[in-house]
Amino acid sequence: MDQPNILVVDDEGDFLETLMKRLQRRNIPALGCSSGEEALQLIRTSPFDVVVLDIKMPGGMDGIQTLKEIKKVRPETEVILLTGHASIETGMEGMQSGAYDYLLKPILLENLLEKMAQALERRGGAAQRAQSERIRSLLPKG
Amino acid sequence: MDKHLYSRLQTKIILLTLAVSFTPLLLLGVMIYRQFAAMYVEKIREQIHFRAESRADAVDLFLAERTAILGAIADTHSLAEMAREETLASCLAIMNARAGAFVDLGVIDQHGTQLAYVGPYDLAGKNYYEQPWFGQVMSRGVHISDVYLGFRRLPHFIIAVRRQEGQRNWVLRATIDPELFGRIVQVGQIGKTGDAFVVNREGILQTQPRHSGNILEPSPVRPTLFGKQTMTVDGALLGRPGVLYAGTWLKSADWLLVVSGDVEEDLAQLFSARTIQTLIIVGGMLAIVLTTIFTTRTLVRQMIQAETRLREMDAQLIQTDKLAALGKMAAGVAHEINNPLAVILQKTGWMRDLLEEEDLRDSPNFREFRDAVLKVEEHVERARKVVHDMLGYARRMEPRAEAIEVNRIIDQTVDILKNYARNNSIDIRTELDPALPPTTGDGAQIQQVILNLVNNAIDAIGRNGLIVIRSEHAGDAIRISVADNGPGIPEHLQRKVFDPFFTTKNTGKGTGLGLWISYTIIEKMGGTMTLQSKPGEGTTFTITLPIVPPPPQ
Ligand SMILES: Nc1ncnc2c1ncn2[C@@H]1O[C@H](COP(=O)(O)OP(=O)(O)OP(=O)(O)O)[C@@H](O)[C@H]1O
Ligand SMILES: [Mg+2]
Ligand SMILES: [Mg+2]
Repeated sequence: MDQPNILVVDDEGDFLETLMKRLQRRNIPALGCSSGEEALQLIRTSPFDVVVLDIKMPGGMDGIQTLKEIKKVRPETEVILLTGHASIETGMEGMQSGAYDYLLKPILLENLLEKMAQALERRGGAAQRAQSERIRSLLPKG
Repeated sequence: MDKHLYSRLQTKIILLTLAVSFTPLLLLGVMIYRQFAAMYVEKIREQIHFRAESRADAVDLFLAERTAILGAIADTHSLAEMAREETLASCLAIMNARAGAFVDLGVIDQHGTQLAYVGPYDLAGKNYYEQPWFGQVMSRGVHISDVYLGFRRLPHFIIAVRRQEGQRNWVLRATIDPELFGRIVQVGQIGKTGDAFVVNREGILQTQPRHSGNILEPSPVRPTLFGKQTMTVDGALLGRPGVLYAGTWLKSADWLLVVSGDVEEDLAQLFSARTIQTLIIVGGMLAIVLTTIFTTRTLVRQMIQAETRLREMDAQLIQTDKLAALGKMAAGVAHEINNPLAVILQKTGWMRDLLEEEDLRDSPNFREFRDAVLKVEEHVERARKVVHDMLGYARRMEPRAEAIEVNRIIDQTVDILKNYARNNSIDIRTELDPALPPTTGDGAQIQQVILNLVNNAIDAIGRNGLIVIRSEHAGDAIRISVADNGPGIPEHLQRKVFDPFFTTKNTGKGTGLGLWISYTIIEKMGGTMTLQSKPGEGTTFTITLPIVPPPPQ
């Protein structure tokens, strides 16, 4: 897997960095960036199957705005929202804007992988389905 | 407002009310009195005027009669006859029989020598030539004298007539009984204070007045003030304010007959005699005073009550506001906590990833590392749960609206906790209103609230106690109460127990979110939650939920 098809967007540097290391260790081809603007630029250049997107990113576009832009550029992209705010309302707003699902921070990696696998499966292509299978195999059974 | 202010307000209202009600009353009283007094004065004026007139007539008649009879005796007898005492005595007897009031009778020749005399005094042979009356009768023919002392040194007056017999004149003179005359005049007295007397031109008293002064002393009346006709004069002119004087000049003598009335004293007597009326008036005033005080007291008490109620409502409003603000703040704080927690969790995850590697597995401290990482994750989870609880309820979705039966929810909740309670020797009883109507709401959330309350009650009691859960239909609401006989909540903490994170329990045992979450849930449903607690006796939490009838199927 050379071309990363998963994008993680979070303004919290320590979080992003560690999450990326853990994904890499599991051979999941992911790319990280720390703002909505950056993410949009990347997406315009090349498509991503799944985008993991933090909702609250002060100082720039927030997750919901970024999500709406992504959906305009590449509507087929599956977006998983992350929120530190246990706010059902923003989660719902995200779902209505086309997000695949949302997770509450702090997250366990297992939960994120599970959601990623589901999202990939939903993307539907053969490559995606294979990747989904591989990710599922990383998860503990049961 | 403090007590002091209220009592000042009360005094002000009372004084004002009394002033407002008494002022017109007093004014009216004074006016009525004035009018009455004026009428009364007028009445007395008329009365004494009439009396003076009629008494003057009577006195004139009295004097005219006596003068006439004296004249008739003189005309029908010669001096020679009259000079004999027997004749004189029989004449006096006839005169007294016909008219009366004659004291004595004397015959005086033209030189003033008394030729004969019958009467109680020893006056025979006295010479009257120098006496003023003698001159008068000699010149005028008839004369009624002023009262004087004369030879007998006693106040009296005389009627004298002159008879011409050829070349000679002689005088027949009679003394009138001054007391009898005085009595005839006094018939003119009116009431208890009135007086009637006669004065001469100089104002000297000719009869004994009832009240002040003596015969032959000057009277307060100045005869020059009185004209030909009967007249009334105000006593103020004579230095006797409040007294009215009516005067009529007599026709037969140069005397003024005066009738007086003391209006002031009369009025005073009149009013002091009306004790019953005075009592009624005083009683009425007392009633006004008492009513005013009573009404004002009631009014002020109601004001105090209204203020207390308002203050309680304010306190409740502040409580609600405070909790809402806390909710908002908690949401912000949650984000700030969850982000670092997320980082920590990724870091420990990374550490676990690395611990998987062979060389580390063989390290002697591998277990220590792994346990430490697991402990960190455990505590991250604990922190996460607190934040989640806090937000999960506070910013929960709108409560579901399903048909619920509160009694069933209570029974289910009791079932969950019964065993746990029994192990602690705590009895849970329910007193449920069987006629409780169904309502609409979020059953799970209501159960959560009841669970929180009963859990708190169990915690508060510790061991051995009683919890009573009641439901009742209260108007358009359902009331649920959870009462325990635990230690109660100290007064100063009663407002705090609803605050998030307020707990008196040990760390790990309670987070202090139970009541806050419950309060928020009930509030979202449009209900209220209050507590009554007496330290040492127990605590009762009361929930009121508006009844929303479920739509018919
Ligand atoms: N029935 C009661 N009798 C006496 N004190 C009570 C009662 N209910 C609540 N309290 C007091 O109010 C405090 C707050 O209660 P609350 O339910 O909010 O938190 P908690 O029970 O301490 O913790 P949590 O419910 O979050 O586990 C309690 O710690 C206790 O001191
Ligand atoms: Mg963020
Ligand atoms: Mg509790």
